[in-house]
Amino acid sequence: MIPELGYGATVAALGLALWGMVAAATGGRTGRLDLLRSGERAAIGVWILITACIALMLYAFLTFDFSVRYVAFNTNRGTPFYYRVTALWGALEGSIILWSWMLSIYTLIVVVQYRRRQPELYPWVLSVMLGILAFFLLIMTVPAPPFERLQPIPPDGRGLNPLLEDSGMITHPVALYLGFTGFTVPYAFAMAALIVGRTGEEWITITRRWTIIAWYFLSLGLLIGGWWSYHVLGWGGYWAWDPVENSAFMPWLTATAFLHSVMIQERRRMLKLWNLSLIILTFGLTLFGTFLTRSGIIGSVHAFTQGSIGVFFLAFLALVLVGSFSLLASRMERLRGQGELDSVVSRESAFLLNNLLLVAATFTVFFGTVFPLLSEAVRGTKVSVGAPFFNLVNIPIFLGLLFLMGVGPLIAWRRASPDNLRRNFLKPVLAGVVAAAAFRILGVGNAIVLTAFGLVIFVAGTILLDYVRAVRARRRSGDDWGAATWGLLRRQNRRYGGFVVHLGILVIALGVAGSQAWSSETETTLTKGQSVELGGYRVRFDGLEASEESNHFKVTGAFTMTNDGRAPAMLHPARKFYPQEQTPIAAVDYRLGLMKDVYLVLGDFARDGSQATVKLKINWMVSWLWIGGLVLTLGGALAILPDRRRPA
Amino acid sequence: MKTRWLRFSIPLAVVPVLLLLAYGFWTNPREIPSPLIGKPAAKFTLTSFAGDPVSLERYRGRVVMLNFWASWCRPACYEEAPVIERTWQAYRDKGVVVLGVDVQDQDEAARKFIEQFQHSFPNSPDPGGHVAVDYGVYGVPETFFIDRQGRVRFKQVGELTDAIARERLETLLAEKP
Amino acid sequence: MTPLLVAAAALVLLAGGPARAASPPAVNEETVHEIASQLRCVVCQSLSVADSPSETASQMRGIIRERLAAGETPAQVRDYFVDKYGPWILLSPPRRGFDLLVWVAPFLVLGIGLVMVALVVRRWRRAPSRVSPPALDSAVRERIRREMEELDR
Repeated sequence: MIPELGYGATVAALGLALWGMVAAATGGRTGRLDLLRSGERAAIGVWILITACIALMLYAFLTFDFSVRYVAFNTNRGTPFYYRVTALWGALEGSIILWSWMLSIYTLIVVVQYRRRQPELYPWVLSVMLGILAFFLLIMTVPAPPFERLQPIPPDGRGLNPLLEDSGMITHPVALYLGFTGFTVPYAFAMAALIVGRTGEEWITITRRWTIIAWYFLSLGLLIGGWWSYHVLGWGGYWAWDPVENSAFMPWLTATAFLHSVMIQERRRMLKLWNLSLIILTFGLTLFGTFLTRSGIIGSVHAFTQGSIGVFFLAFLALVLVGSFSLLASRMERLRGQGELDSVVSRESAFLLNNLLLVAATFTVFFGTVFPLLSEAVRGTKVSVGAPFFNLVNIPIFLGLLFLMGVGPLIAWRRASPDNLRRNFLKPVLAGVVAAAAFRILGVGNAIVLTAFGLVIFVAGTILLDYVRAVRARRRSGDDWGAATWGLLRRQNRRYGGFVVHLGILVIALGVAGSQAWSSETETTLTKGQSVELGGYRVRFDGLEASEESNHFKVTGAFTMTNDGRAPAMLHPARKFYPQEQTPIAAVDYRLGLMKDVYLVLGDFARDGSQATVKLKINWMVSWLWIGGLVLTLGGALAILPDRRRPA
Repeated sequence: MKTRWLRFSIPLAVVPVLLLLAYGFWTNPREIPSPLIGKPAAKFTLTSFAGDPVSLERYRGRVVMLNFWASWCRPACYEEAPVIERTWQAYRDKGVVVLGVDVQDQDEAARKFIEQFQHSFPNSPDPGGHVAVDYGVYGVPETFFIDRQGRVRFKQVGELTDAIARERLETLLAEKP
Repeated sequence: MTPLLVAAAALVLLAGGPARAASPPAVNEETVHEIASQLRCVVCQSLSVADSPSETASQMRGIIRERLAAGETPAQVRDYFVDKYGPWILLSPPRRGFDLLVWVAPFLVLGIGLVMVALVVRRWRRAPSRVSPPALDSAVRERIRREMEELDR
């Protein structure tokens, strides 16, 4: 029953979405409001149908309905309850349902928000969004239908990929997809603006909050992915430059560039062509990421299955990129800038450099990811492009971006006089240099880490300087520090939201630099009672214990960790043996700290429990990444608050 | 005007990239071509599960089918195990030797595997993975076909079938010693 | 931090020792780690042999250790793996021949980008202001200066 109902709902939704796309566009073209309203109703219908699909699928999961192929392949009778819910997006077909559902919700919000406020752009925005929805619904109908029936109905399912049995699994895809799909709205507005000819700042102002929210969720998704990698995959790292990590990182990079360059267009009416190109590129990269994960053309730890889905995605990607850029090209005359500049040393230049560096980083990541494919196509040799390459090229770029993060917010528009430069940057620069020297004396030898620390202090100095000056100015009119700060945050929430976001990035940068500079590890085989020591920590092997869990067999090691004087802690890394997996899955145990994480991986062991191989890692400052994420959240929330100021 | 056409360079620039991605559909990222084809097979000496020494050199002059497997490798190793035994039985008197190497396995589980499929050819564990790395093994099962002069000639990645085994062995047997 | 790093390195060496009582003179674990971090773990995706928790990677690290102990140089150990697996085993392509392209291209793009940014900035600077500002008396000029200063903050 469920397979047929679900499939029917999917097909109906596809039909509605296609109709809505055409109706809205025709309504926009001809001015026929009745068609436009029909398109709106179609959008509502699509949302209802996709929600029904989700409800049906959830019901199937919760009732162990193995007649649905997707349920049978992704759970079994031993799968715990909450993972049966999150298994909804645990594999390819379900992830497309999630994506479509989010898109349909965003479309509804667009309907509600803009049907009265933006009568000219709205029909085209609606049409574009319904068109994109139609594509994902097409995927759900043809190459990757989630509601396929399984005959004969198996007594038990295969089970969830054990790596996905984790809290990160619950949140990471959701955050990531909220980010990816979020960029559909600015993209749709950009297309509408091009079609209608209103290529000024309007579409940017309207979609500003969307962009920030989508950017935030994408950042969150990336950070959660890093956290998941860190505490589940057992290698003690948070970023591997895996092709699928890269494919989520690229739209983040271009979205960050976009976030900044639209500020130039808003203030100075320049870079119109560039901004439109950037949002097209960002949206295209979100599609590319989905394509890469699902087409199987590049191997990855994430890769879902193959099949014809890759062809669909590539075709759609081609349509979007070639179509959008052609539309852009045909409207070029309307995109003349209106601004002027007096000096190379100005905020405009800083923002241009920011964009250049971000796009260069995007290119690096992209080229490195597809280079193996290129190498094979051109000369038939398979090569790998991994972390050493990406780190080598991207680190200087990121250091440059750090520097600009300090310069941008304070440097003057149009022309920064020497006076302006001195007032704003002398003290922070000195602070940065002093900090770098101090770290050098403390023993940090690595030039890159030193530069990173110095730059972080420099940027923090600029933020502090700006804040202190602004508060002082407010205090002159009688406020105390608290009221002044609150007033600042509230009335200049965009600026200070941005500052807090930058602070979050700084914290993350410190975490990355620290963890690269000081982390250490050791691998050794211990007999019972034997200890290994690293970085002031001593870990003693006490024994092994076997246990039978609901869907796997587990061997847990007992280890006692002592650290000069503190109370001993028990660590229990395990190896989990799932019947559907070929090799055991490592379950790492760790103790997180502000400055240091202790991380223990259980490797091979003797059957009688007398010996075990362990990898002990002391990771420095990794917690700063997660803390930085929290700060980012605060900054983002501040930035999207409604404007208290009336624009001049 | 020149500039009118120049503006369409961006949408056109996207096309080669899309073509490259399309090319990706024809390749398999998990398939790595072996650089060992045509080169002398690495020598090794292992101790079989039965306790006897197994050395590749002893079989110079005969065609060798070297099979890497593991008891945890499901379902491929389990599907090809009977094929290997059948091939051994069919060709042992024709100048072919079948050798099995068990990688990253537990002794007990491996012996159970051999018992289950009644393998009668020499099977040895590979402690430390030396032989596996010497043959550039990156997954199981993998099977190497070595000619009479001791050169690696074919590599089968993944499950072996009767047809493939037969074809490879016949080719190598037909060559002049 | 240096004493800590030195102690860590020493302890790593010591920790490696007792567990392999029968092994030859201590090989520098840092060198093993360095070589391992340049090789791709064959059963994972994108992880290095140094990072990977898999059994295969552990065995490969053991082989690296043995070869170094036998007197091979790091380059020879790397070449051994390339001979067995092909250039794919290196986590970064060598900076030779066709592979040079991947190393050079990003910097080329950066260079071209810088040139383009410079051109754009020049174009923006050239756009002349057509209206010449009216003459100002000193009081107005002073007020403007003060207000500009406020803005700059």
